[in-house]
Parts: sequence; C-alpha cells; structure tokens
Amino acid sequence: MAEEIKVIVFGLAHEEYGIEVEKVRTIERMMPITRVPKTPAFIKGVINLRGVVLPVIDLRGRFNLPEAEETESSRIIIVAVNDLEVGFIVDSANDVIDIDADSIDSPPEVVGGIKAKYLRGVAKIGDSRLLIMLNLSEVLNKSEIIQLEEQEV
Amino acid sequence: MDMSDYLSMFIDESNDHLQALNENLLKLESAPEDISIVQVIFRSAHTLKGMSATMGFEDLASLTHEMENVLDLVRNNKLKMDNFIFDTLFKGLDALESMVQDIIGGGTGKADVTPIVANLQAIVKGDYNSAGASSSSTAAAGSNGDASSLDEFQSSILLQSIDAGLSVFHVVVTVREDCVLKAARAYMVFDFLERSGEIVKSTPSVQDIEQEKFDRSFTVFTIASISEEELRKGIESVSEIEGAAITKLDRESLQQLGAAAAQGAPAVSASPIAAQAEVNAARSQAAAAAAPAAPAAASAPAAAGGNVSRTIRVDIERLDALMNLFSELLIDRVRLEQLSSEIRRNDLTETVEHMTRVSSDLQNIVLKLRMVPVESVFNRFPRMIRDLAKTLDKKVDLIITGADTELDRTVIDEIGDPLVHLLRNSLDHGIEPIADRIAAGKSETGTVHLRAFHSGNHVFIEVEEDGRGINREKVKQIAIKNGVVTADEAKRLTENEINMLIFAPGFSTADKISDISGRGVGLDVVKSKISSLGGHVSIESKEGKGTKFSIQLPLTLSIISAMLVKLGTEKYAIPLSSIVETSIIRREQIRKIHGNRMIDYRGSLIPLISLSQVLDAKSFKEEEEQETEIVVIRKGDKTGAITVDEFIGQSEIVLKSLGKYLTNIEAISGATILGDGQVALIVDPNALIK
Repeated sequence: MAEEIKVIVFGLAHEEYGIEVEKVRTIERMMPITRVPKTPAFIKGVINLRGVVLPVIDLRGRFNLPEAEETESSRIIIVAVNDLEVGFIVDSANDVIDIDADSIDSPPEVVGGIKAKYLRGVAKIGDSRLLIMLNLSEVLNKSEIIQLEEQEV
Repeated sequence: MDMSDYLSMFIDESNDHLQALNENLLKLESAPEDISIVQVIFRSAHTLKGMSATMGFEDLASLTHEMENVLDLVRNNKLKMDNFIFDTLFKGLDALESMVQDIIGGGTGKADVTPIVANLQAIVKGDYNSAGASSSSTAAAGSNGDASSLDEFQSSILLQSIDAGLSVFHVVVTVREDCVLKAARAYMVFDFLERSGEIVKSTPSVQDIEQEKFDRSFTVFTIASISEEELRKGIESVSEIEGAAITKLDRESLQQLGAAAAQGAPAVSASPIAAQAEVNAARSQAAAAAAPAAPAAASAPAAAGGNVSRTIRVDIERLDALMNLFSELLIDRVRLEQLSSEIRRNDLTETVEHMTRVSSDLQNIVLKLRMVPVESVFNRFPRMIRDLAKTLDKKVDLIITGADTELDRTVIDEIGDPLVHLLRNSLDHGIEPIADRIAAGKSETGTVHLRAFHSGNHVFIEVEEDGRGINREKVKQIAIKNGVVTADEAKRLTENEINMLIFAPGFSTADKISDISGRGVGLDVVKSKISSLGGHVSIESKEGKGTKFSIQLPLTLSIISAMLVKLGTEKYAIPLSSIVETSIIRREQIRKIHGNRMIDYRGSLIPLISLSQVLDAKSFKEEEEQETEIVVIRKGDKTGAITVDEFIGQSEIVLKSLGKYLTNIEAISGATILGDGQVALIVDPNALIK
C-alpha cells in the first residue's frame, strides 16, 4: 500500500488544486486587507491574523490568471513553508481528501497557463477528478519576486 | 525532592543576586562609609549561600560563606573596607559567576577557589596587610610625626577662607578612655563637622581614623559655618567624647602652624611612603567631602532593593500567547461596540463602554510586559569598566545615560555581547594610556559614554569615547595586507568606509593587528550580531578626538507613540519621535524651486514630500486640496514636510514586522494593528528625507 497524504483542496479559476495539509495553518474567510505600497500586484497586502501581521498573495495574480471579484466562497489559506508564512487568496476551499502519493504524476507542460515549475504534479482522483498539487516553495520563491519588482520599475 | 525542577529558578535567582552584589559592591566602593549598602550585600550573599547549599552546590556555598564572614565584620563596624578587601570580594564574585555559568552549562559548579578563600580568611583574621596590601598603616606613622602639618594647598585654602571672612577652626577631639567604638564615634564627629562646614585636613588621615588607627585624640582643620560654641556643643553631644579643644584661627596663628609644617617638611619628603600617605590623605578627604550626600542616598538603595524583589518570572512564550489572545479580544471588542450602537440599549451600551475602558487599560499593560529597560544590560558594565581600566592601567569614567530606554526582551538578551566588545574596544584601543593623554593635552581620565535613546522606529545605543580616534592610514594598510581590500580599492574608499573596515573579519585575529593603533578584536562578531537583530552599526571617528560607535536597532516588538494619519481610505502611522510639529498650509504657500515643491518653515525652505505619491495611494488626490495638512519631520539636522490627507490623532502603537516574505519595503518600516483590528503601515520618516 502506497503512502497516503492528506491534502486541502481549493478551487481557482475552475481548476482544483491541492496543498499538503501539514503546510496549511488555517483557512480564513476574507477579511480586510491593507495594501502595501511598492510591491508586486499579486501581493494584495497584509492582514491581521489574530495579532500577527501576515502578507496575503492573490494566487490568481501569482499565476497570471484572470482576476476575479471576491465572493462569498473566497477564502484565505494560511500556509507556512520554510519559516515563511503567507496567506493565499483562493476562490474556494472546501475539502480535505486523502490521496495516494503514487497517484501524483509529474506535471504536464501547460496547465491552465501556470508555469510548470510551480507545480509538483497532478493527482488523479477517481475517474475524472484532477488535482493540481502546488510546489509551494517555488510559489513563494522570493528571488523571482525581486526580479518581478525590477521589471516593474 | 528532585532538584532539577528548581534548577532554572536557582540559576535565574543566582544571576540576579550576583548582579545585585556587583552593583552594590561598586556603589560601596564609591561610598565606603555606607553600612546600609553592606547590609544589602550581606543579605544577597546570605540568600545565595542558602540557595546554593540547598541545591547541593557546596563550592558555591562555601565561597559565599567566606565572603559573608568578611561582610559580617564590615557591617558590624569591626572591619573597614579597603582596596584589598574590595579586590578580593570582586574576585570572589567573579569566581561565583563562573561557577554559576558552569552550572548553566550543565556542570557541577565546582571550582578551585583556594586562593580567594585564603585571602578572605586572612581578611577575617586581620593579618592580610602583611600580605602586601595597602601600606597606609606604615605610611600613617610617618605623617603622624608632625601632628598638624598642612601642605601648601591646604594652607592656601585656609588662608583664602580666612580672607573671605569665614571661620576656620583647629579642633582637637579627644575620646573617652573607656570608649568602645572609637572609629564609630569619630565617624559621628566627622559627620557633624561635614554637615556644619568643610573639613580641610585631619590628622591622622580619615582612613586611619576609620580603622581606629589613632590613640585617643585626633585633629581637624575645618571651615565651619557655625560659631565656636555651636561647634563644641555639636562635637560634645556625641557620646563617649571627652571634649574638644577648639581654636579659632586667623592669618597669624595659621602661619605659625604653617611654619611648624615647613620644619616638618624635610622629614616628610625624605620618605616617599609618607608622601604617598599625604596623597592618600588628600584623596580620602575628597571622598569625605563627597560624603554628606551619602547618608541621604543610603536609604534609597535599600528602598530600591525592596522593589526589585517584587517581580515574578514569566515564560516569554506565555507572554506571546497572551498578546495574541488579547489582539483577538480587541477585535471582538470593536464588534461589540458596533453591535451595541445598532441595538441601542442603554445598559448594553454602558457595559460595552466600560469593557472598552477596561480593555484599553489592559492593552497598555499587556503590551508593556515585553518591554524591558536596557538598564538590565547596562548594569553589568560599570564593573567591567572598573576591572578593565585597572588591568590596562588607564583611568576611565563610564557615563551611562538613557538606561531606562525600553527594548523588547528578545533584543535585550542579545545585545549584551556586542556591547561588551565595543566597550572593551573603546578602552583598549580608544582611550590612550594616562601618559599619552597628558601629552595630548587631555585630562588623564578618559570618558566613555554609553547612551541609549529612542529615535523614530529605532533604538540607538552609542558607545562614545574621547580617545585617540582611528588611524585611518594604518587601518587601510592593514586591510590591504590582510587582503580585505585591494590597494586600488583602498584608494577609492571614503573615510567612513575605511572606518567600517575594522568590522571586517580579516581584522579579527589579534596577533596580526596587535601593532595597530586602530581597532579590531572581535568587531566582526559585533557587526554580524547586530545585523542578525536587524540593526546596523556605524562609526564616527576624529583622529585625536575620539570615536563613536552607534548601533541602530529596530523596535521589533515594542510600543511607540505615533501620529495616525489618513490618505483617502488608507491609514498610516508616523512615529512621533521624528515629528517636529503638524500644521496646515494653503496652496499658495507652496513654492516651486527647480521643480521641487518647497515651503517656508520658520525662515528656511524645506522640501514638501507628498506621502500619497511616495506610497502610491490612489484614493487621495492632494492636487485638489486648497489647504493641506502637513507633518514636519526631522532626520538628524535635516527637516522636511510630509503632506497628508487628514490627521486622525496620536496613539500608542505596537510595532509588528511585515514578516519574512515582505522585506525592505521602501518608506515602510513595519505595521501595527489598530483598535478596529485593521492593519496600518508605519511610515519610516528617515527614508523620506534623503
């Protein structure tokens, strides 16, 4: 029996994505966000998470997906990777499932326009459900952000 | 009983007691008469002994026991403090400290302290003087020969006083034959004399009198502000005093005494030891002159000592938890306020209002819990400087200011070591030897300033000394030799960059730089430590004038006063410490010079900086405003004005970092959480003025 991993499932632009549960601190409803000047557009700003100020990233913006209005089902997923703690704005987050580690295939070249390096792989659940597993340390790669900033200037 | 449960408590308390011992011993050194300090020291030592014995650290306990024996004699007036005793006690303290360090490191706290114990025991037996300590007893015999010899300085003071119409008396005090505590009685007489005037000279010297090294009488020259009769009454009111023979002196009688002294002079100068004794006597008189302040101060340390014990220790993680819970409470409070304003029921509104008041008081307390005055770090330096100055044979005054400046506990814990390095450096490389100082036309005593203060979002700690300054040429040469920079690079360096070279790791090996008049040992460690705390170090140095190290530390988790301002829908906080004033200007007051907007501020033109432009705030357009609110800020000697939309008001804010993901954001130094739970960014005024 292959290793099972627990995954938080969230929706973004009609796709389903997954993050390992141990990297997720909490899932929050949308809350007021304070804009931080001179940062890339996908950094929405900072929030007050019970006394801790945390940056919030719009995952759509990060993946160059079309922007969307926030809705009732929008959520902020707080993740912690390599002592970085950030929030991701996602369209919805509503499921925790167990998946077989073996069922994760390496990512195809193009998935919904997202660069392959952000992806750890694609998990196939059941017959028709595809779950895109994120490579969080790449998503939060800071050197890339610095490059982005320089391009904007 | 498992002692390991109590170990951390033992360590904490031992450290406290050792610190208190150190401080009080230093205090005592500057006021050796003050028995109340000895009492405090004795109590600390006693507690430490008890604790160590209970915990099974026998060596600690027995050393403390020996120290206690000495202190016991001192507090019962059976022994007078002198340099030897001070040195021995300080050595004992050092040994205790290293034992406790050993225990912290998991050791058993064992150490060989036989020499110190032997010295302490010798002190108790009273035969330590022969061991080569102070030679005052032999010296005193020399000066005793001429009972009333005045040196030139003293007689000129007396003469001047007589000329100025002051009363100068020659007083011979005799104690009763059956007097039990001669020294104590003499002390009381001196105390009275000092209160009623100024003692110019006593024979034998004050030191000897303190040590009961006089027979039945002693002689004093005093300039008194009271009459002869009052003087006699005052002296004779001290019990066990037989009487006082008082002679009022005029020019003539004084000169007669002076002539007697001149005859005695060759005898005195023949013996270098006696000359030394004169110096000693003069010194002790200076100490005696300072003594009137001591009795008043005596009650203060005792009171302070009482306060110190009224604290409890709390794990810092619990404080963090408390902070976070409290922030949540704040958010709920705001929610409740909103609800009560919607529901409009009187008793609900009242309850919520009361809760608001209570919780804002609570907020203040909770937020201040983590803040600790830098005092706790600074306290250990006077002792260190004393010892260092002795080892290096230099004279140094340490002046500490701003010890009450508060810093976050975590920073406090880390800042000690870098400061030790900087202070050592200042003493070792900065302050010149006494001879060099005199040659350079400076006072022989060097001064080291240790300052702490808040400025903007930072705490500054400065170590400044008036020594020889950095020899930049030599620093450059060494840097090139050590491969820190190339010769080409060195040519292009600015003064400041050369100064900073001494922080380079290549400078840290002592044997390579021992011949350099610059600095070096361990400074790279200082720099990396400070950087790890998110701060930075800078140096200012003038050759021949001295050097200043300045450490700038962020207030990672501290509380500052700030002005909250609005830019459209956004709120920002500007630290109050950078603000000079706030005001309103009209559109026509703004002038354009070379395309830069300036305003006239108290006679000088200062730049006008648009905060909304700097921060890209789109919800506020100041071009449409006829009148603009401005905040005048200062960075060093530069001034500038920031335009804002609206003032909200002054508030105490908690500084929060933006986290590791968002670093180095231009013009923003951090964030804070406002009463309504929203995050407001803190503007860094230092970044606005270029």
